[in-house]
Amino acid sequence: MWKWLHPYANPEVSYHFTNKLLPWLSALTAIFLSIGLVWALLFAPADYQQGHSFRIFYIHVPAASLSMGIYVAMAIAAFISLVWQLKLADASAAAMAPVGAAFTAIALITGAAWGKPMWGTWWIWDARLTSELILLFLYLGVIALHNAFEDKNLAGKAAGILTLVGVVNIPIIKYSVEWWNTLHQGSTVSKLGKPSMSLDMLWPFIFCFIGFALLVAVIICLRFRNEILARNSIRPWVRELIQKNTVNNT
Amino acid sequence: MPLISAVNLTCIREERLLFDELSLEIYPGDIIQIEGPNGSGKTSLLRILSGLSQPYDGHILYKNEKISSCREEFHQNLLYFGHLSGVKDEMTAEENLDFNLALHGNKNEESLTYLAKINLAGFEESLASHLSAGQHRRIALARLYHNNAPIWILDEPFTAIDKQGVSGLEQLFSAHAQRGGCVILTTHQDLISIKPEQVKKITLDYDYL
Amino acid sequence: MTLKAQSTQETENLTATIDNSMIGDTAQSSQQLSYRHAFMLVLKRDLTIAMRHKDDIINPLLFFVIVVTLFPLGIGPEAQTLSRIAPGIIWVAALLATLLSLDRLFKSDHLDGSLEQMLLSPHPIFILVLAKIFAHWLITGLPLILIAPLLAVLLHLNEQSYTALLLTLLLGTPVLSLLGAVGVALTVGIKKGGVLLSLLVLPLYIPVLIFATSAIDTAALGLPYSGQLAIIAALFFGSLTLAPFAVGAALKVSTN
Repeated sequence: MWKWLHPYANPEVSYHFTNKLLPWLSALTAIFLSIGLVWALLFAPADYQQGHSFRIFYIHVPAASLSMGIYVAMAIAAFISLVWQLKLADASAAAMAPVGAAFTAIALITGAAWGKPMWGTWWIWDARLTSELILLFLYLGVIALHNAFEDKNLAGKAAGILTLVGVVNIPIIKYSVEWWNTLHQGSTVSKLGKPSMSLDMLWPFIFCFIGFALLVAVIICLRFRNEILARNSIRPWVRELIQKNTVNNT
Repeated sequence: MPLISAVNLTCIREERLLFDELSLEIYPGDIIQIEGPNGSGKTSLLRILSGLSQPYDGHILYKNEKISSCREEFHQNLLYFGHLSGVKDEMTAEENLDFNLALHGNKNEESLTYLAKINLAGFEESLASHLSAGQHRRIALARLYHNNAPIWILDEPFTAIDKQGVSGLEQLFSAHAQRGGCVILTTHQDLISIKPEQVKKITLDYDYL
Repeated sequence: MTLKAQSTQETENLTATIDNSMIGDTAQSSQQLSYRHAFMLVLKRDLTIAMRHKDDIINPLLFFVIVVTLFPLGIGPEAQTLSRIAPGIIWVAALLATLLSLDRLFKSDHLDGSLEQMLLSPHPIFILVLAKIFAHWLITGLPLILIAPLLAVLLHLNEQSYTALLLTLLLGTPVLSLLGAVGVALTVGIKKGGVLLSLLVLPLYIPVLIFATSAIDTAALGLPYSGQLAIIAALFFGSLTLAPFAVGAALKVSTN
């Protein structure tokens, strides 16, 4: 059933495949991100209520939704690796975790920076910010567990189980935090609601979003390559590769 | 039909290749002694054979069936004895043996007899924490006398056991092999009372890369 | 002297064992594998060990009491403030006490090798795991529930909330044990797993904390809190069905 996938399940093949993919992805990222960011930060109209501080939205929202998306992707990879014993899925999950954590941190920091002019305080216990904070804890747990094991294969399996437990819990946590927030409302002046965007705000947002998603893909590909090499350091093809590279460099 | 066989095992520990493409078949009546210097992968091999560890590559077959697909049957027919004896300090010798037997689905009516056979008569009621290291291991090894599991995988069974105990165990091994069971063990000492032609040796060696 | 006499006897007995037992007919001589039997076997063993090692029961309980006592000292003795934050304090302290006691769930079994033997037993792992978690709850969760009303008095908890406090603890502490077991199973093979364990487990405890404290708060207002209880019950059944499998998989990784 999975025969068409098999050539890509070979570490060597997928290493070279990512190698070929990377320049294209990088170029696309550069295009989308530069258009998106320049458009969003310089040319898009300012919000009539929030003024220029609204522009942080173009970074905050993509970072926040990507941070959730990466966790789900990680969980899918973990599931594949646990069920079909695919070592490459393990490697890709390991490649994703720190990227996801970084984007969660970006979402939190930009959220706080946005909160300062809006609410006059760096932090409020807004439902979304709170669940983003908990998501960061979940990411850090996965990374810490991964680092605690010396054996990379075991680390991947353990982190995979934790990721799956986490992904089952994320909707529950998110729901409970939202519910908790509505229960204790009073201090919240206005939530980071989805404003109905005009088209000249929507287009730069779409470019920014795709740009950041591509950036995530590029970073994950780079890390994925390294994970493959680290996990196969004993294999002859990796040794040849290292030899070739050292010869080229000298 | 081999009782247990390994197919193309590869084992990597701490970025070191312990063995690669290792295949072996173990038949009823075999006594296999795995030799090799410290750190050569003896314990890793035994743990992989018992299904406790997953090999980097390859798989283990029990009667030509993958052990992952016949877990219950395989475990019923397997007796694994590792570095750690699995004896609880807070329980008496008898309670420990009873639990260990019941855990592996055995009847435990005769546990007192087994304890006597392994020279623990008089210690049945003592808490394991009051016993010596050798006696701890004897409690765990007493399971060997209730021998309905054909596959014995024993990691350093003679550690901390006195001379008489060792020869008693060796006789137990050859009797087990004669009955149609197989014994896979690691030990640094030579087996004395088992004839050399009865023992098959596997030597693991360092492979410097 | 007696030992020597027995060892000669040992060799004699050996021939006897060879004759009367034959290899291969395992089904005949072994007991039938029933779930209930395996569950009771492990439960009885864990309770026996706990009863002979009583400080494992008492220490988390003392911790629970001390942490709760620290809050009035840190915040001030006004009854109004205390009764306002009492549900939160009791529940957070219960989370921490459970966390502290989790270590004993698999650690000693891992260190002395009995965990390996359990994984190699023909019984399904999830039954053994479930028995261990149940034993853990009886040893640590149940005493917390019994002592909680006393602490509620110290914190001037609203009188209408006592039933809610007990019910949430009754439904919630098993969830803590179940989710915690996943964390311990993942970290049991790691040398310094203690701090890591709290990082892994505490975020997963958040929903229980939120709904439990809210139920107690709602009860204080004299309003119905069956909704929150139903959600905690759902969390309990959800973790009861899923956690043992996650624990089993995690233990296999940890003993690898």
